[in-house]
Amino acid sequence: MVAREQFQIELDKVKAMIIELARGTESLLRDAVKALYTADIELAKQVIAYDKELDKRDFEINEAAVLLIAKQQPVASDLRRLIVAIRISSDLERMGDNAKNIAKSTIHLGEKHGIQIHGAIEDMKDIAIRMIDLSVKAYENEDITLARKLAELDDLVDGMYSTVLRELLEETATNPEKIQHIMQMAFSGRYIERFGDHATNIGENIMYLVKGESFDLNE
Amino acid sequence: MDKESSSLNQYSSANAFKNADTGNNIVYDTQDLNLWYGQTHALKNIILPIYEQEVTAIIGPSGCGKSTYLKTLNRMVELVPGVRTSGTIKYRNKDILDKSFKVEELRTKVGMVFQKPNPFPKSIYDNIAYGPRIHGIRNKKVLDQIVEKSLRGAYIWDEVKDRLKENAYSLSGGQQQRICIARCLAIEPDVILMDEPTSALDPKSTLKVEELIEKLKKDYSIIIVTHNMQQAARISDKTAFFLNGEVIEYADTNFLFSTPKDKRTEDYITGRFG
Repeated sequence: MVAREQFQIELDKVKAMIIELARGTESLLRDAVKALYTADIELAKQVIAYDKELDKRDFEINEAAVLLIAKQQPVASDLRRLIVAIRISSDLERMGDNAKNIAKSTIHLGEKHGIQIHGAIEDMKDIAIRMIDLSVKAYENEDITLARKLAELDDLVDGMYSTVLRELLEETATNPEKIQHIMQMAFSGRYIERFGDHATNIGENIMYLVKGESFDLNE
Repeated sequence: MDKESSSLNQYSSANAFKNADTGNNIVYDTQDLNLWYGQTHALKNIILPIYEQEVTAIIGPSGCGKSTYLKTLNRMVELVPGVRTSGTIKYRNKDILDKSFKVEELRTKVGMVFQKPNPFPKSIYDNIAYGPRIHGIRNKKVLDQIVEKSLRGAYIWDEVKDRLKENAYSLSGGQQQRICIARCLAIEPDVILMDEPTSALDPKSTLKVEELIEKLKKDYSIIIVTHNMQQAARISDKTAFFLNGEVIEYADTNFLFSTPKDKRTEDYITGRFG
């Protein structure tokens, strides 16, 4: 490779920005779920504040990618690389929003809600973290085998969410006075489930990047 | 070449006289064309179909043989001393490389537009009337009609209709190029060959010529050699990528510029060499 070295450097920069955003989203989810379990309102507030920072990063990635498209007029895989960067960044931003929403639920629940947070939410979070880890590796290496694995993990999260939802519904019957709290818990489960869907979208985007065709892994 | 992926290989000369997708007839059918300039093997086993009512773009780095191929299509390449060819180029089913084929026949059917606008140092009118006059048309009324029709065909009539007696050199570069295209149209060709027709033009004139090409393809087959890949992507239906005298990939333009099959094509169109 001789020509367009500067372009390659800029492409690599965008890639690094995406990976950094993904890592930020990952720690946001960790903290959000930790705050949920420990009823740590202060940590929940930090999550909400940090989500704003991630929104800013998403905006910067978009700017950088659009500018590169305008300046370099990329085609073929270079163009897909930038389109995919914009899409993945947007998914990561939405994943951050889901973590933020868990933090909001934590604040709604308050410090002394006196209910046990369903254990499976923690398990769902662990799988969601694995998904984001996998999606970063798949993106870094443009590895479609890893990208496909995201769909399998997503099915797992979806299944766990159904179970959590059913059990929480039962609990509303036995503890009707706690219904507000239980719903916040159910919402949190739903946010992690959505988090997983966005991670799966990242997988689809990586497949589009490599293959040049669209795939639906969320089916 | 990537044998499996190149749509070139889906094309078989024996029965592919129509484009499978569009039903368009084949105009030029090149089979195993080789060309040497003395010892230099400039074109190697070229297999390429050119269809009517389509724009076929030829791209590739300098010295890849794209202009040579274009000039073979009207046998202009014979003007270079020491040129030898093998293989066949069938134009409307007649082999133009065959000794019995009369090159004059080709000249009335195949027009050419060059990189630098090259109007004759004559009036706009005489530039357009030049070809028809050579073909023996003397009637002023008929010539007037041909001039107007050709200038309208090149979408420059409104700009020059009041100054037909002015020297063509008084026009801008972009207008001169469209005059050259109008001059081409005056002989009512079947095919128009264009060798980097906009590389000497400013962006606005380039846009006008590109719009013109889009309109002309309804009635003519156009083969354009261009260094401007965005231009090839914008205006052509098919693109052939030449490298070192070979056709590396030939495909629908949309396909070639989004998901090329050969790594060398990808590297070239993404600017990684060339």
